[in-house]
Formats: sequence, structure tokens, C-alpha cells
Amino acid sequence: MTAFFALIKRDLRLAFREGGALGTALGFFVVVVALMPLGLGPDLKLLSRIASGVLWIALLLSALLSLGRMFETDYEDGSLDVLATGAVPLELVAAAKSIAHWLSTGIPLAVLAPILGILLNLDLAAFPMLVAAMLIGTPAVSFLGAVGAALTLKARRGGLLLALIVLPLYIPTLIFGISALSAALGPDAAGGSASSLMILTAISLVAAVLGPVAAAAALRIQLH
Amino acid sequence: MQIIAENLAIDRGGRTVIDGLSFTVPSGETLVLSGSNGAGKTTLLRAVAAFLPLTRGSIRLEDGDGEKSLSEQAHVVGHANAAKANLTVAENLAFWSRFLASKPPSGGRVAAALEHFGLAGLADFPVAFLSAGQRRRAGLARLLAVDRPIWLLDEPTASLDAASSDLLSRAVNLHTHAGGIAIVATHLPLALDRARELNLDKLRHAA
Amino acid sequence: MQSWTQRLANPTRFMQVSGTLLPWVAAAAAALIAYGLYLVFFVAPPDYQQGETVKIMYIHVPSAWLALMTYGLIAISSFGLLVFRHPLADVSAKAAAPIGAAFTLLALITGSLWGKPMWGTYWVWDARLTSVLILFFLYLGLMALRSSLDDEGTAAKLTAVLALVGTAILPIIKFSVEWWNTLHQPSTNFTSTVDPSMRWPLLIMAVGFTLLFIAMHLAAMRNEVLRRRVKALRLQEAASRDGLPAHASAAE
Repeated sequence: MTAFFALIKRDLRLAFREGGALGTALGFFVVVVALMPLGLGPDLKLLSRIASGVLWIALLLSALLSLGRMFETDYEDGSLDVLATGAVPLELVAAAKSIAHWLSTGIPLAVLAPILGILLNLDLAAFPMLVAAMLIGTPAVSFLGAVGAALTLKARRGGLLLALIVLPLYIPTLIFGISALSAALGPDAAGGSASSLMILTAISLVAAVLGPVAAAAALRIQLH
Repeated sequence: MQIIAENLAIDRGGRTVIDGLSFTVPSGETLVLSGSNGAGKTTLLRAVAAFLPLTRGSIRLEDGDGEKSLSEQAHVVGHANAAKANLTVAENLAFWSRFLASKPPSGGRVAAALEHFGLAGLADFPVAFLSAGQRRRAGLARLLAVDRPIWLLDEPTASLDAASSDLLSRAVNLHTHAGGIAIVATHLPLALDRARELNLDKLRHAA
Repeated sequence: MQSWTQRLANPTRFMQVSGTLLPWVAAAAAALIAYGLYLVFFVAPPDYQQGETVKIMYIHVPSAWLALMTYGLIAISSFGLLVFRHPLADVSAKAAAPIGAAFTLLALITGSLWGKPMWGTYWVWDARLTSVLILFFLYLGLMALRSSLDDEGTAAKLTAVLALVGTAILPIIKFSVEWWNTLHQPSTNFTSTVDPSMRWPLLIMAVGFTLLFIAMHLAAMRNEVLRRRVKALRLQEAASRDGLPAHASAAE
């Protein structure tokens, strides 16, 4: 497992040292959310009603932005070949890189979300649930995103293609992420949210198994 | 220990690049792949590393570590250096040591590897600050930092001057004298002991 | 003893068998669809609620069925390619994708036309329509991925990986869309029961459409096999026309 953790640590170190990717993703998150009131009008009631959906969609788009580079830099500088000869199989390489992506992108986005919630007049009572649902849901974003990143590694129009491939796979996470929030604001706050969070956990677990296996298969095909 | 390739055929993009090739590389020997651009040197090296599927034939390692595949016992050096520009030379090397050996690196080995390739003074500089030749040496240093019995080197002397090429030749010779195996694709003649040449152009003409 | 799939795996054999089969399947599809349309327009009664608009159902339901079936076929072909390296598996998957996407689009359009008199609008975020829309996105993803990769072998295998991932996720998507739908609107389940007088024409149409799909799929597979042969011949010719001796044309 030394190899596995070494890779997570390296990717985190690169993410924070390069800084640009995270900054861009966070900046994008803020801008997309800020555009909403400008497009829809400053009606606070309307904004508070659609806030959870806007935040989740903006989060998915922001995470998508940084996914494209997940394997690309390693492919360009020859590291991918060496990663393929490591002491751990490529499945674990893909898992480690997904975890690093979650730690360096998913968590910062989830933590930033409540601040943007204020801009959208989201009910303060929903804030803990917002962060909880995003923290539980975003692993699926990274693990499924890894599949898209691996599949589009050598593709022309990689970025657009990645969005087309990956966004439909995010629909379950989106639906249950939002449903956890609307349940938290409804009459049966505890019960409704708990079941949504449970399903969100299940989706992330399925993604954590499926994603690395599929991403490794895609990478192996492209080592050719 | 020896690598045995029998009756290989390898296709790339619908073309048969290598057909009917057999060779053996025993412990302590270097196989030098030569031939013009497109003769299939890179293809053959990637097939030995199990990156490419074989259309026909087999490549196997005899008397190696039975629990590991050939590629897990091999160092691959490609055209790119596999060194991150934003990490220092030492950080890059420490990462590959951990990743390839799956145990914490011994400081002595990493330092010795840097020393051999004349990078001791540059250890704490980000790779981004290095010249092309220095980066190449930073990429090659992992050969010495992690102990693996098989070296698969693709044009390792690219962007190296004569003195640096000598450092590489010495590293390969030390490796083979210690019982290792090396397969090197190169344009330039290198001062390698116990080396045999396999010219892929001649193979083509024979076929 | 070879199984029939192994014998058909030989593309030459496939071309022979499919060549004989194709006109018959096409003729049967045409006959069944013609008979089905006759039943739909002259025999089947109008619905007591929906009137004549119910006739759209006879196109919509078979299209929706084929949209799903084709994705299943692509998934099986992809599995055949990745696991058994069946030489025709990718030909099948590649040929099926645009046809499946076309039937999915047809199901969406007919669904929306059918909905207009009922809902008063062309599009309602009904669970079923939404799921079909997402299925359409998955088809688009498959075709876009294939078309943006240069090497055909790599494109085939990567598309197969994506198809299998889609197959694994599709039930989860379906489940979440249904959950989402019940959350936002009280159940509007409009396809209650189909009257026996409508069931027979619907069945004829469904079988006719399936045969139509098989005919189109066979024809598309034949085209693909021929296209690959032409490409192989041209590659050979390109190699033989090179002025330099032997090796010079090969890829590194």
C-alpha cells in the first residue's frame, strides 16, 4: 500500500503546488452561481427555491473542469508508462488518482458551497445537509469522472467529449444530492434526508468499485 | 534469469510491424535494438513491457521472480522523462522509489543515483529549472534508485551529450555485471559490454 | 464442433449467410409493418379517451422497445469484443449504435407528439420520457467517443468499455429518475392497460419493427465489413507503393 499512498500524496502535492487547477475550479463555481441571479432576476424566493439545484449543477460542472487533466499530464510526460509497471495494478493507480482528485477538488468545492448558498438565499437550516450531501456525493463525481478522463485521454475534442460522456452518469448523484436537501427543508427532515444520504453513499460506493476498474481497462487499451 | 521471445508478430494500426522475430537475452547481457525510424524498436520494447498485445508468439521471463509479472520487474524509460516539472529532482525520485518498490526509499540509494548522474547539487531544484539534458538524467536516475532486474530503454541518450551518455553506459554496464538484463533501442553506438545487436531492418529484409 | 457464433465469426462466412438472409428479413419486415399499419388504421378502434391520437402508440412503443433492445445488443457485443475478442463483435456494436440512436429519437419524437393532446404541451418531464432522453445521451456519447479516436482498434475497445459502464449505470439512472419523478409530481401513469383489440396490432408492429431493425443491422454490418476490407487493401497498397525499400512506411 506504500505505492498507493505515495501516488495520492504526489497528486495532492502537485495539485496544491500548481494551484491553478483548484483555483480555476473554485472560480468557475463562483461565477456560474453568480450568473444565476443575473439570468433569473434577484427574486429571493425563487432563488432560495432553486438554490440546491443550482449549487449541485455548478459543482458538477466545476469538478468536470479539472477532470480532464487527471491522466493527461501523466500521459504527456511519460509517467503513465511507469505507473503501469508499478507494484500496484492500474486499478489501484486509477483509484488513487480519483481519491486525490476528490480530496483536492471535491472537498474544497463542497466547503465553498455554503458561502454561495448565502448568495442564493438558501435556507440556513439546509447548510449542514448541503455540505454533508456534497461530501458524500462527490466521491462518485471523481470515480466516474476518472472513467471519462481515461476514455478521452487521446481523443480529439477531449474536453467536450468528456462532458458528454460523464454528465449523464452523474444524474443519480445529482438527483439524490438535491433530494437530501429538499427533504431537509420539508416536514420530515430527519427521515427523508437520511434515506437520500444512504442512497448517495451507495452510489459513491458503486462508483468507487466500477470507476477504477473501467478506467484501468481504458488506460490499458491506450498503453498500446 | 533470461528473457525468451519466440516467433513474435506485432501489429500496430492494422500493419504488421514485426513478424517472425525470436531472441533470447540472458542475465548479464544487453540487447541493443538498432534500425531506422519505423523499424519497430519502440513497438518491440513496448511489447516486452506488456503494453502491447502480441499478434502471435510469446515473451516470457525464465527464472525471474515467479510472483511478479515481467513488467513489474522492469524499468521502462521512454521518450519522455516521467519527471514532474513542479516537483524537485529528489521528490520525483523519492516518489518513483516508493511507487515502484512499494516501500520507503533508502536515502542512500536515492543519493547515490543522483550522484551517479551528476545531479547531487540539483536535488532540491524543481525539474522545471533544469535543462533538457539535466531532465533526461533526472529521468534516468530512477534506474539506479530502484532495484529492478530488467531495463527497457528507448532512445535513452536523447538530448544527452557525450559525457552524459558515458554515465548512462556505465550504469547499464554496472547493471549487467551485477546479473541484470537490458534491452536498449538506440541510434547511437554506446560503449556497452557484453552487448549483442539486433538490427530490425535486416530482419525485415530477410522476411 | 464449433458453435454457430464461432462459425459466423469468420467474416467471409458472415457475408455469405447475411447476404442470403437479408432480402428475406427485409421482405418479412415490410410485409409485417404493412399488415400492422393496415390493422392500426382500418381495424383497431380509437381509444375512448385519446381518440385517434392513440395510433401514435403503435410507432412509439416499438421504437422505445428497440431503443432499449439495441443498447442491450451493443452491451452484449461489447462484452464479446473485450472478453472473447470476437472479430464481428465490434462490427455489430458499431453498426447498431446509430440505428439505436435513431429509434431512440423516434421514440422521443412520437412520445412528445402523443403527449401534446394529453398534456397540452410537447414536452413533459415524465419519468419514462426522461429516461429515454438520457438513453439518447448515452448513445450520443458512444458515437462521439468512437468518432473522435483515430485508431479503429482503440476506438472499438474504448467504446466497448463505455457501453458496459453505461449498462451498469443505466438501472441506477432509471431508479433515480423514477424517484425524482414521484418527488416532484404525483404519479401520472398514462399507459394504464392496453385493450385486447389494440394488443394484436401492437404486437404485429413490434415484431415488424424488430425485423426491420435486424435487416438494417445486417445491412450496416455488411457495409462495415466491406469498408474494413477496402481499408485493409488500401493499406497494403500504400505499403507496396513506397519508393524506399521495405521498412520505411511502417509506423513507429
